Amino acid sequence: MPHPPGRFPEHVIRLGVVVVLFLGSVVAIRSFVVPASLKEKGYHRTSTMEREAARPLHYAGADVCRDCHDAQYQVKSGGYHRMLACETCHGPAKSHADDPSTGTPPAPRTRDFCPQCHAYDLARPTGFPQINPITHNPMQACYTCHDPHDPRPPTVPQECGACHASIARTKALSPHSLLACTTCHNVPDQHKVTPRKVRAMKPVERTFCAQCHGKSSAVVGTPKIDVDSHYQKYLCWDCHYPHMPEAAL
Amino acid sequence: MIRRHALRRILTWVAGFVVLGFRELWAEAPAASEAEGAGEGPWYGMGIDVEKCIGCGLCMQACKTENDVPAEPHFVRTWVEQYVTQTDGTVAVTTIRPGEEREATPERNVLHSFFVPKLCNHCANPPCVQVCPVGATFTTKDGVVLVDSKRCIGCGYCIQACPYGARYLHPVTKVADKCTFCYHRIEKGLLPACVEVCPTQARVFGDLRSPASPLRRMRRMHKTFVLKAALNTEPKVFYSGIDGEVR
Repeated sequence: MPHPPGRFPEHVIRLGVVVVLFLGSVVAIRSFVVPASLKEKGYHRTSTMEREAARPLHYAGADVCRDCHDAQYQVKSGGYHRMLACETCHGPAKSHADDPSTGTPPAPRTRDFCPQCHAYDLARPTGFPQINPITHNPMQACYTCHDPHDPRPPTVPQECGACHASIARTKALSPHSLLACTTCHNVPDQHKVTPRKVRAMKPVERTFCAQCHGKSSAVVGTPKIDVDSHYQKYLCWDCHYPHMPEAAL
Repeated sequence: MIRRHALRRILTWVAGFVVLGFRELWAEAPAASEAEGAGEGPWYGMGIDVEKCIGCGLCMQACKTENDVPAEPHFVRTWVEQYVTQTDGTVAVTTIRPGEEREATPERNVLHSFFVPKLCNHCANPPCVQVCPVGATFTTKDGVVLVDSKRCIGCGYCIQACPYGARYLHPVTKVADKCTFCYHRIEKGLLPACVEVCPTQARVFGDLRSPASPLRRMRRMHKTFVLKAALNTEPKVFYSGIDGEVR
């Protein structure tokens, strides 16, 4: 049937309404679903950058520590460690910097910390100070000889080892390394002046070793034996070399 | 004739709606990346002096602390590789695991050995951004490549696409994660955590556009290289003192 000119046919208008509704709903749903941050015309989504920038800090940065710890800073600024940040050794300290009452950052005092940098490794640059942690004064904490804030190489204490170097080197590797020579040797002062005339004393009896190694000894952490039944007819140093007790004679 | 008129009007209306609904998609897209020197504001990069690195691994530990990267499993945003070249030409590469006893470097028949710290190169032409199907990874105005952790679907395409192995799937959030140059620190004028703790200043951070930045100075004083330059990714991490076997 012909329809009047200048008017849309009825079925086209209905179709048009459906199309308009569909497109309208697409626009409406998109405006809800697509986050505002995606509609920005810039380089990037600012919200992500803001979220990244708002992450909590853990490391306060080297300049902050100086405000309170200027004395340590002055010591450090003259030493080999002048370029190290405080937090390199003391760990993240942002919470301490914000509120010192929350606790102090730890100071590493164990022997496994300093060798992270200073143990010998072929790949480390030549000239970088390196030691062998096994032979370098075993069991002694690094800070007893080196001030971590000004770690200049200390003068090596040359006491008995100045003359008895071989014994000192042997003892340094033994379980007795932390014992002073005078623990077992009674050394008169005159021995250092005229060593051959005035001798240092050595222990003479089994009971001396038993002070630490006897079953009834109160010393903690030493190997214990029953002195009365343990090879009574021998002296301890007949079998055990006191400067390296575990070595086989 | 009349039908053609009607069709034309319908098409006009439809086109109008399409324009209204999708006009934001037609908005002028910004340039994906800018070359060094062009543009304004900072354009961050890092310099690494391999001859200064002592392989202590403190940077790895600091990065994990600062960015809350779980200690285990062993995923890292930055890591240090040790290269050992033998006199017969064989090259062994191992990654430092800080705090763990590592196999001592062999002392015999070694030609040379050195440490190479690695991290995201924040490429000016980043392959990871190209492949991301949801646009979750992008370059900020300062040249830092970031991941939108809320938008990332964890498909792992970017991890495959990165030629430097700098990305990993975060074991907790299950989305792609990578070095951000400590974006939360550099925004506040602080140094990235790895640069902050490096005891030998092997890492240098700075603005490539600022003539006074330590990075520009480092690049003036050293001949620097980028990793896998042939891939045309235009990395912004510059290495000095590396050997040809480093890739």
